[in-house]
Amino acid sequence: MRLKGIFSTSIAIATGLIVLAGYFLALPLLINLRVVILNWAVILAAFAVWIGVVNLFAVHAQKFRQKKAGRFYSLVLVVSMLVTLIIGLVTGPQSKLMTGVFNMVQLPIEASLMAVLAVSLTYASARLLRRVDMLSILFLGTAMLVLLGTAPLPFIGEIPLLSDLIRPFIAQVLAAAGARGILIGVALGILTTGLRILFGVDRPYGGK
Amino acid sequence: MWLGLGGFGIVFIAACIILAVAYVRRKSPPTFREISSFARLRRGVGRAVEDGRRLHVALGHGNLTTPQSGADFAGLSMLSRLAELTSASDQPPIATSGDAALSLLSQDTLQAAGQIASRGVYEATNSRLTGLSPFSYAAGALPVIRDENVSTNVLIGHFGLEAALLTDAADRENAFALAASDNLAAQAVMYASSQDPLIGEEVFAAGAYVDAGPFHAASLTAQDILRWIIIGLMVFGALLKLVGLL
Repeated sequence: MRLKGIFSTSIAIATGLIVLAGYFLALPLLINLRVVILNWAVILAAFAVWIGVVNLFAVHAQKFRQKKAGRFYSLVLVVSMLVTLIIGLVTGPQSKLMTGVFNMVQLPIEASLMAVLAVSLTYASARLLRRVDMLSILFLGTAMLVLLGTAPLPFIGEIPLLSDLIRPFIAQVLAAAGARGILIGVALGILTTGLRILFGVDRPYGGK
Repeated sequence: MWLGLGGFGIVFIAACIILAVAYVRRKSPPTFREISSFARLRRGVGRAVEDGRRLHVALGHGNLTTPQSGADFAGLSMLSRLAELTSASDQPPIATSGDAALSLLSQDTLQAAGQIASRGVYEATNSRLTGLSPFSYAAGALPVIRDENVSTNVLIGHFGLEAALLTDAADRENAFALAASDNLAAQAVMYASSQDPLIGEEVFAAGAYVDAGPFHAASLTAQDILRWIIIGLMVFGALLKLVGLL
């Protein structure tokens, strides 16, 4: 490991241990240190946004220069980014124009993507029928039961037994138990991943 | 106070188990149950190198200062390992992320993997911040799947429902897509929309299955041991409750 690697790994491990100890041991010094370090992390994350925006700009400027597929969209992105940046710098982030850009461009586009997602998921459910295995059949059957039990049907309304007994049992007993099991597993995974970083085995910072 | 000490105890026990397992099994690595998705991933990586096509690693939009970072770091380990595996290829992998700090770390990971492979050439544009909200991230990652000669997609990290857009795009391009997340909603849509979803905590097993090192295998064994301890405690607690002692 090069000197830079040793230095960055030592800082990362020491910082991680201080923050971890600050959570578990109620010593004022450790708690204060933890708060200060986490505040630094938030400031660094905010600065990283700026670097990320520069990276996004570079990717699309390069795509446009090299005349790659979809270069027109890259041009639109670069121009929109610059215009939005200028509006933000001139009028301020809370101005009517800036919130207008957000409410009239960003929100409708994200809502449209949500609508596309509904179609994608319906299509995916249909594709699931191609997989002939027990779990897929169970997955689809459960989804159908919960759907029918949740949404009242026209002219019929709620389906007796399904709406008041089967759906609540699936959602509140089976699904809740399964979800808790998965969440315990995820928590254990997060714990061991964090420990690998504290050991210096995984080093996503400062190279190897 | 006691809660804090209890938490510290769990972390300490987990650390001891990982170190002990890594030491005991340093010469004979453990064997794990076969997960078909990882076998297909290995084939997909090999095919990408042979065909001169690219690998796309989507790291999601998890924030590094929240518990979502666990999945982010699992994704970065996977990215590191996959970048090493594809070092023979002249097409380095592309990483996309929806969090600025995560994007920086993925740049560093790709750069380090390039140095190990002595490729020397590193392009900062191979690691991209494609959007800062879940849907803008997905919208920015879609062209990568479609236009960048990608044959294998690995979605690993913190995703939401928007993961379905990415797996759907991969399916339309006839590209392989391995999908894993720590989020329950994302796991559900990935199960429905991806041929190769990883369910539950399998996202954290990825490192062990792609031979990322003995500590990955040891931490997977530690997870299994801790899980059995928790199951034992839960059954014990239920029995105590049953006989009226709790």
